[in-house]
Amino acid sequence: MFTLGPIGFAAPWLLVALIALPVLWLLLRAVPPAPIRRRFPGVALLLGLKDEEAETDKTPWWLLLLRTLAIAAVIIGFAGPVLNPDDRAPGTGPMLIVVDGGWADARDWPQRLEKIEALVAEAGAQGRPLALLRLTDAPGVVDFQTSEAWAGRAAGLQPQAWAPAGFADWAQVLPEGSFDTTWLSDGLAHDGRDALLSALQSRGEVRVIENIRAVHGLHPPRFEDGKVVVSASRMPAGEAGSVEVVAQGPDPAGIERDLGRVTLAFAGGAATAEAAMDLPPELRNRITRFVLEGQRTAGAVILADDSLKRRKIALIQSGADEETLQLLSPLHYLRQALAPTADIIDGNLRDTLLANPDVVILADVAEIGGPERDALLEWVDNGGLLLRFAGPVMAASDVSRIDEDPLMPVRLREGGRTVGGAMSWGEPKALAPFPEGSPFFGLTAPPDVVVREQVLAQPDPDLTERTIAALDDGTPLMTRKVIGGGQVVLVHVTANAEWSSLPLSGLFVQMLERLAVSTRPARPEAADLSGQIWSPEVVLDAYGSASDAGELPGVEGEALAKAIAAGPSRDFQPGLYAGADRRVALNVMGEETALVPAVWPQSVPVDRLEARAVQALKGDFLTFAAVLLLLDVLAALWLAGRLRGIARGSTAVLALALLAATPREAAAQDTPAPNDDFAIQATTSVVLAHVLTGDPQVDELARQGLLGLSDKLWQRTSVEPMMPMGVDIETDELAFFPFLYWPVVAGAAEPSDAAYARLNQYLRTGGMILFDTRDADLAGFGGGTTPEGQALQLIASGLDIPPLEPIPLDHVLTRTFYLLQDFPGRHQGGQLWVEAAPDAEAVAAEGMPFRNLNDGVTPVVIGGADWAAAWATDDLGVPLVPVGRGFAGEQQREIAYRFGINLIMHVLTGNYKSDQVHVPALLERLGQ
Amino acid sequence: MSTAPQPPTSDLRSRAEALGQTLPPLLAEAEMLASTVMMGEHGRRRAGLGDEFWQYRPAHQGDSVRMVDWRRSARSDAHFVREREWQAAQSVTLWVDPAKSMSFAGDKTRAPKADRARLLGLALAVLLLRGGERVGLAGLASPRAGRAQLLRLAERLSGEAAGETAGEDYGAPRTEGMVSHGRAVFLSDFLGDLSGIEAGLARAADRGVKGVLIQVLDPAEEEFPFDGRTIFESMGGTMRHETQRAGDLRTRYLARLAERKDRLAGLARAVGWHYTTHHTGHPAQSALLWAYLALQGGR
Repeated sequence: MFTLGPIGFAAPWLLVALIALPVLWLLLRAVPPAPIRRRFPGVALLLGLKDEEAETDKTPWWLLLLRTLAIAAVIIGFAGPVLNPDDRAPGTGPMLIVVDGGWADARDWPQRLEKIEALVAEAGAQGRPLALLRLTDAPGVVDFQTSEAWAGRAAGLQPQAWAPAGFADWAQVLPEGSFDTTWLSDGLAHDGRDALLSALQSRGEVRVIENIRAVHGLHPPRFEDGKVVVSASRMPAGEAGSVEVVAQGPDPAGIERDLGRVTLAFAGGAATAEAAMDLPPELRNRITRFVLEGQRTAGAVILADDSLKRRKIALIQSGADEETLQLLSPLHYLRQALAPTADIIDGNLRDTLLANPDVVILADVAEIGGPERDALLEWVDNGGLLLRFAGPVMAASDVSRIDEDPLMPVRLREGGRTVGGAMSWGEPKALAPFPEGSPFFGLTAPPDVVVREQVLAQPDPDLTERTIAALDDGTPLMTRKVIGGGQVVLVHVTANAEWSSLPLSGLFVQMLERLAVSTRPARPEAADLSGQIWSPEVVLDAYGSASDAGELPGVEGEALAKAIAAGPSRDFQPGLYAGADRRVALNVMGEETALVPAVWPQSVPVDRLEARAVQALKGDFLTFAAVLLLLDVLAALWLAGRLRGIARGSTAVLALALLAATPREAAAQDTPAPNDDFAIQATTSVVLAHVLTGDPQVDELARQGLLGLSDKLWQRTSVEPMMPMGVDIETDELAFFPFLYWPVVAGAAEPSDAAYARLNQYLRTGGMILFDTRDADLAGFGGGTTPEGQALQLIASGLDIPPLEPIPLDHVLTRTFYLLQDFPGRHQGGQLWVEAAPDAEAVAAEGMPFRNLNDGVTPVVIGGADWAAAWATDDLGVPLVPVGRGFAGEQQREIAYRFGINLIMHVLTGNYKSDQVHVPALLERLGQ
Repeated sequence: MSTAPQPPTSDLRSRAEALGQTLPPLLAEAEMLASTVMMGEHGRRRAGLGDEFWQYRPAHQGDSVRMVDWRRSARSDAHFVREREWQAAQSVTLWVDPAKSMSFAGDKTRAPKADRARLLGLALAVLLLRGGERVGLAGLASPRAGRAQLLRLAERLSGEAAGETAGEDYGAPRTEGMVSHGRAVFLSDFLGDLSGIEAGLARAADRGVKGVLIQVLDPAEEEFPFDGRTIFESMGGTMRHETQRAGDLRTRYLARLAERKDRLAGLARAVGWHYTTHHTGHPAQSALLWAYLALQGGR
């Protein structure tokens, strides 16, 4: 294929036609644009006028250029130009695709998958058998199959969360015979890779496709001066840049949030960067993982295990204000032992309990006052660990002498004992080996730890089981009692070196660790892990997202320790492993893990993953030519002066084209929000509304009922309502509706507080609700014996409803439009309840048919006559529900309509009809 | 309201009447011309023959007894003669150029010049007839008064419109049927040979006719909005002019047009006529108003 730079040509001979372009130039130049014939009466005035410039009958040069370019584009287009032509010779024989498939592949996996699919398709096109192997898998049989067989499997291929390994094993299982290999590398160096590479090279050609995007990895964080120091590596170490590290964890409500964030700035050429993250302990203890933002790989995620957690420990001693020598302070050794790994809270008991410490250590505190005692007891009961040390004060006190103190594990004998002192016989006592079942089991007591003085426990029946450490003569040295979720531990010696050499030994620190008083050093040692089975709780996939470990088997501690040192593998997937009392994270990146770029031998061609695909340009060139020709048409028209008339039409065409091309978003912005639609619909005119109950049948009947009533209002009165609407009291705005019909269904749920608030606001601001229990008022109001009645009571309990009374005969509802004495719906004879008249003693004036009750529209009307059923019509106005029998039934339906009309009139006109009580007086005043 | 298509005659007439309704009856002031004086409804602001009361004057010697207004005289001791206002009517002859050049319209949205010319002519006729004048069409209809004449004029003008293809490229005023010492209105674009126009005007002036020249032009003729290589042809195709760059001709064309207008204005002034230019892009009313004033003040 003939190539020019990055462009190749399928039919290069056609390019010879380009020689003809200068000829074309000369030809075109001679032809002037055709004239326009134009009828114009003013020609009489033009006669005899001469053109000033005569040479314009030649085509202008730029038009010529345009045309020449168009022709050239056509010629080049038909010559079949191809961008980035693929001039590799098609291979023969089987093809092997090797994918690293480790975590470093994860971020650009789609591109890799695309490449793999392209290779599979290529093999299919060339009819070559194909095999695909992922180096993170266990070495297995490599067999060549047709590309069709692989096409489906390749699409489902996923990277794994660990680095490829077992290269030598893969080299062993390679099939015999020659084949070509395409190796999609993740760009990182892996140990032992050369073994496989040389094996592959012995079989045939090897081509490597590599990623050129940088790979970032996050190292486990560590503590330094109370701050969390995070560090990350990158490969290659290119220009200066920065990445953000986000610490994530649950907030108090259990929702995953970003708890902290720090920017790691890579200097130019630097492979690593680190930054300190200063977080308060409360936040720090919540961190579950650190993530490099924007890097979707397992290497960019560090799961935080217990090593990050620092416990809050309250240290309290008796007589804290006493001035003592530092080394004699009961808390000195504790402080030394705990300070590196824990946060220490000082202060009095009451204040420190408010900080909710994990552990409270009382050094030689005997009596604890009443309220503090209760608070401490409650705190222990909720899971706190109370660690008490004995001392002179405790030995001298009466605490737990006769009865066991709730905050002491054992009863104490008076005075304690001294062994090996100047005034006593015997040797200072050493520690006995820790019994099985003790939290200290497995620790070896150094022989130089001796106890010279201690408090003694009373030999109670449960003393043995409460003893967790003893002296070699069997005297309890540490006792423990479980209280609720927490425990109390008493160390029978002082916390300083006064009574024993225990605080001076390393054992003291280890014992504190075993008691979970202090946390371990950041990195778990092999010894810490050995002897236990660690079961995976959470595993990471290659993209760094965590998932439940499910059925993965537990692993031995020793093996896990090795895996932590060497990095995860197929058998040790990265994730969190839980042991007996702690959790250990196995992360992709260790503290020392470095990202080393892969170096391939000179003999291996290395391609970039991002290399541009073959792209045929024929269409582009032809389109360009077409555009040029279009321009030429326009230019020719313009030259000939004909563009003026065409301009108008073409503007319209252009506008149409632009309109068609305008994205839909523009239109979307113009459409009002659905809420606005609702509001506009509800406020265009009077709209009757019914409350949606959730029962579709009831809701439909209510809608049809209001439709029938609306029709009647339209026909008979000046009220002309629009189509009725259903209203959801939980979400919709109620203020638009003067009237709500609320059919109560059995078992209706109570409205939410917000809905109640809006309903009450609605009632207070002049709305009216007609509650209809639709039960023919069988139970009578307030009886609550029908399910609907009970539902009504439930609903109404939260509503701001005034006192009610059965509708009096002179209520304004009886005369707002029609004169009514009865208010039937589908059922007849029920009682109707309205707001009680404010002045019960009001009496009708002489000669007046009704009392002088002037103000107030009743906010609720309650009944059970199922009015909606009586009102309901279909869209043609035909009644839907039979009412009564024959003509009497129709009469009842008519009265029901009249009630509805009266009701709406009452809603809309208020007490207007009531005001007519004054008519005689007004007439009299007018002098009639 | 009917939307049925109406014959062009009634259409032109109704449009002309609509235009004419907005002006008061045009009272053309007739000059003293004994031979053509007819009794009309135009008060001469002096005593004379007419229907309208003018004044009472004491009877003089020589007044016949028949002339004494006895009812007035009975109220006093003297005898009074009732005088009537002298009323006279004018003969106005319209000439609307029927040549092909008038059928030009520079834009699809604009009517041809001929349309506008006929409309103006008929509107003037409506006004004049309503004022009691006698209106005729040069060479087509002799001057007469009355509403029937209006119908006749409209018919003739429309007939002229229908037969416009038969005409020449440019028209020259016709003076047949023009009443001596009457009035004349020439509506044309006056783009043709000036000698024809001069001759027409001279003939009219010889007969003592005074009047107005209304040059109806299309805006395109005023602006010359053409460019590029163009062959200009007259409407009948008898004249043609080819140019490579029409845009270059614009200034010279406009200069020639201005010169033509000057010539026309000079001609009109020489014979005591009035001259104006009207564009079809403008409303017809201004031209009608101008013509009204010109005919009234043409003494």
